[in-house]
Amino acid sequence: MSAAAAPPQSQSGRIWSRFRRHRLALAGGFVVALLLASALFAPLLAPQDPTLLDTALRFRPPFADWHFPLGTDELGRDTLSRLLWGGRVSLTVGLVAMITTVMTGALIGITAGFIGGFVDTLLMRFVDTMLCFPQVFLLLVVAAFVPPTLLSISLIIGLTSWMEVSRIVRAEILNLKEQDFVAAARALGASRTRIMFRELLPNAAAPILVAATLKVASAVLMESYISYLGYGVQPPLASWGNMLTNAQGYFDTVPWLAILPGVAITLTVMGFNFLGDGLRDALDPRLRMDP
Amino acid sequence: MIGFIAKRLLQAVPLLIGVSLIGFGLMHLAPGGPLAIYTLNPTIQVQDIERIKVIFGLDQPLHIQYVKWATGIFSGNWGYTFFGGRPVLDVILERVPATLLLMGSALSVAIVLGLSVGVLGAVKRYSVFDVLATTGALFALSFPTFWFGLMAIFVFAIELRWLPSGGMWELGEEGNLLSLLRHLVLPTMVLALVITATWSRYSRSAFLEVMHQDFMRTARAKGVPPGARLLRHAFPNAAKPLIALLGVELPFLFSGALVAETIFGWPGMGRLFVDALSMKEYPVLMGMMMFTAIFVIIGNLLADIAIALIDPRVRLS
Amino acid sequence: MVEPLLRVTGLEVHFPIRSALLRRRTGTVRAVDGVTLEVARGETLAIVGESGCGKTTTGKSILRLIEPTGGSIRFDGEEITHHSARQLSPFRRRMQIVFQDPYASLNPRMSVGGILAAPFEIHRIGDAKDRADRVAELLRTVGLPPEAARRYPHEFSGGQRQRIGIARALALRPELVIGDEPVSALDVSIQAQIINLMKRLQAELGLAYIMISHNLAVVSHVADRVAVMYLGRVVETAPREALFFEARHPYTQALLSAVPEPVPGRRRARHVPQGDVPSPSRPPSGCHFHPRCPHAMPRCAEEAPASRIIAPGHAVACHLVTP
Repeated sequence: MSAAAAPPQSQSGRIWSRFRRHRLALAGGFVVALLLASALFAPLLAPQDPTLLDTALRFRPPFADWHFPLGTDELGRDTLSRLLWGGRVSLTVGLVAMITTVMTGALIGITAGFIGGFVDTLLMRFVDTMLCFPQVFLLLVVAAFVPPTLLSISLIIGLTSWMEVSRIVRAEILNLKEQDFVAAARALGASRTRIMFRELLPNAAAPILVAATLKVASAVLMESYISYLGYGVQPPLASWGNMLTNAQGYFDTVPWLAILPGVAITLTVMGFNFLGDGLRDALDPRLRMDP
Repeated sequence: MIGFIAKRLLQAVPLLIGVSLIGFGLMHLAPGGPLAIYTLNPTIQVQDIERIKVIFGLDQPLHIQYVKWATGIFSGNWGYTFFGGRPVLDVILERVPATLLLMGSALSVAIVLGLSVGVLGAVKRYSVFDVLATTGALFALSFPTFWFGLMAIFVFAIELRWLPSGGMWELGEEGNLLSLLRHLVLPTMVLALVITATWSRYSRSAFLEVMHQDFMRTARAKGVPPGARLLRHAFPNAAKPLIALLGVELPFLFSGALVAETIFGWPGMGRLFVDALSMKEYPVLMGMMMFTAIFVIIGNLLADIAIALIDPRVRLS
Repeated sequence: MVEPLLRVTGLEVHFPIRSALLRRRTGTVRAVDGVTLEVARGETLAIVGESGCGKTTTGKSILRLIEPTGGSIRFDGEEITHHSARQLSPFRRRMQIVFQDPYASLNPRMSVGGILAAPFEIHRIGDAKDRADRVAELLRTVGLPPEAARRYPHEFSGGQRQRIGIARALALRPELVIGDEPVSALDVSIQAQIINLMKRLQAELGLAYIMISHNLAVVSHVADRVAVMYLGRVVETAPREALFFEARHPYTQALLSAVPEPVPGRRRARHVPQGDVPSPSRPPSGCHFHPRCPHAMPRCAEEAPASRIIAPGHAVACHLVTP
């Protein structure tokens, strides 16, 4: 290694140009931004109260009535309003679950990687053990026993999906901890906590960010599934998952009631997946699917 | 080789212990405990609950319960169901064939389809086909499978009336192979969707990695024709990560099977799990968790042994 | 006799080699195998040797960055070999290190200001404003503009980064700085600048240095005394002049003969050691150098030579040398 001059382009510039090349990632980012905005402003955007019933107005088809742009459901509730409010619920669960996943995974990964030895062996065996259970099984067992609130659902999803994150973080820390900047911090007398969280963790930010983005996608998916089975978000609170449960009964006559929430879920999951894939390419070329 | 197998078996022991601890812990940490169905039922008297506790051995200290339960698991005594008092292992085992049939058919479709798409994408990298396939795979991975299943029922069973919407056989046609196959199509399609996407992504990157190695260039320089190069030189080397994928994917396969089975009323383990969940059948749930986890551990063990058979370097390291 | 600033006696750093499966200990790498050194206040001791001889491990274990397995480290008269992290804290301020690789030794995700403020944060010195002033002062000391504090390590060249590394080492006003090949990763044209900077700082701040290097040319510029290491042991220690002109150990002589002569036409007789450096996990018996030594005797394979003082400040571990 020679004493090269500073790189011709700044690091953030290079990351941005790699990201921009990825059109699908841009599209994903756009969709995610749109979804976040619509969830944030759902109270302003929703044309109706999402819980307002009117059995006289059941099963209005979409695009037929200015008051109910996407029609009404079996209880006469406005579908668009329910989708918007349901999105708020799904995204909240997705984000809180992601934060839980990332915090748990990062904490376990960094502890295992940095402390090493017996602690590492023990924690990694724990990760291996957790990975032996199909996530849906774990999720449903816990979800069925815990009274479902938005927080409990998010925590359950988060606490059953942190294992990958901890492996990623651990691998990253193992790479980093032998570097001299860590030795320098130790020579200065830095505490373990300072080294772990101030020196090492910021260096693992890129893979954590990628994993976090992809985890929002899978958390939204999981939430919609357990809500669909009835163990997740409970009516009358709308979520895309429990909208599907209701719609299932009127499948043959009013299919759009099942199509619309499904499209919303798919768009959300896709948006975060494409964004995460693009971020991976841009931030960390080593992690690319495409070598 | 025997040494390698022994070593891997030894490594599976702590996993089994861990799995049993987590399974047991989950059931007992749950609010209401294993008898929630009774304790939360106001018509059942307190003394009855005490009697039930004694019958199921739930009055003993936790660690004794665990040891009894764990020795039971490893000696084939998996306890009895709360409703009907049938042996749990029997209840689970009678559902295994249906699930294995579904998983097997979905996995075969996924491997054949995913592998061909992945290899073709790797050979013709950055071609229109490759770009479409990789993008398509990412799309497929983003579909909520249960919704995809509902849509499949809507299109193929309700609108087109080509295929049945659920179950394994028509009434009165049990044992009819044609009927079974007709019922198998939609669940297979739904379960295969995500696995195919995963397989095409992994096989593409596995082949890309292999194809740029020196021995492939040597084979080309020697004049080995492209087909033989792919089959005889690239494939054995790319197979390793793919076999590992088989093991790693098992839990996802079970999760996916559960989703497909609940949508299509397929009478397999996933269906049993969801039913047991709604009835709070703790012994069955605990048994199912253990069964799938043990299945996954054995699956990974077999995958590792298969890899070691292909590649002697793995055995020695 | 005055207590030296640092006295290292019989320092040992042994790494276990473990089997893959049962993690049983199957062997030992004797990276540092009984090293004895002294450094007085304000002087520069150079440790030289080929790569793998244990000189870097010696340096890092003096700072307890690598735990010694045996021997003793006394700093300013106090035994610190077994100090806990808390007990070590005051000594962390008095002993610092400059690393070889200016790329790996600066945290890429921290601004230079953050890197240089870290020593003050760790030792709870001053408030934010005060620390910013100290950072600017440190940057000035090593010849960098105060604006550098806002930038990140990748924006600097290797030489500039090494200046940052030196600034960090000086932040707590240490008495001893260990330079672990501080210039070997730099372009030759930059090396002299950094060496001169370090010499200037030594004069201004009264620092003692341990300069770890494989480069005798660098050593001849900076060292007051030189210790030559081979496979975990010190084979010869001497004042600079004595080492360069009166080296007694065959290994030192071989090292010196490999240095290019600046005067054309004049050549030293070259003693090229035979064979490769043996592995420190299976060092030769007796004198570690005997398989490669041109003067080896039967005794050399059997008995490790003790270090003998042959002149004031000049010690040699070789059976050939008799006082």
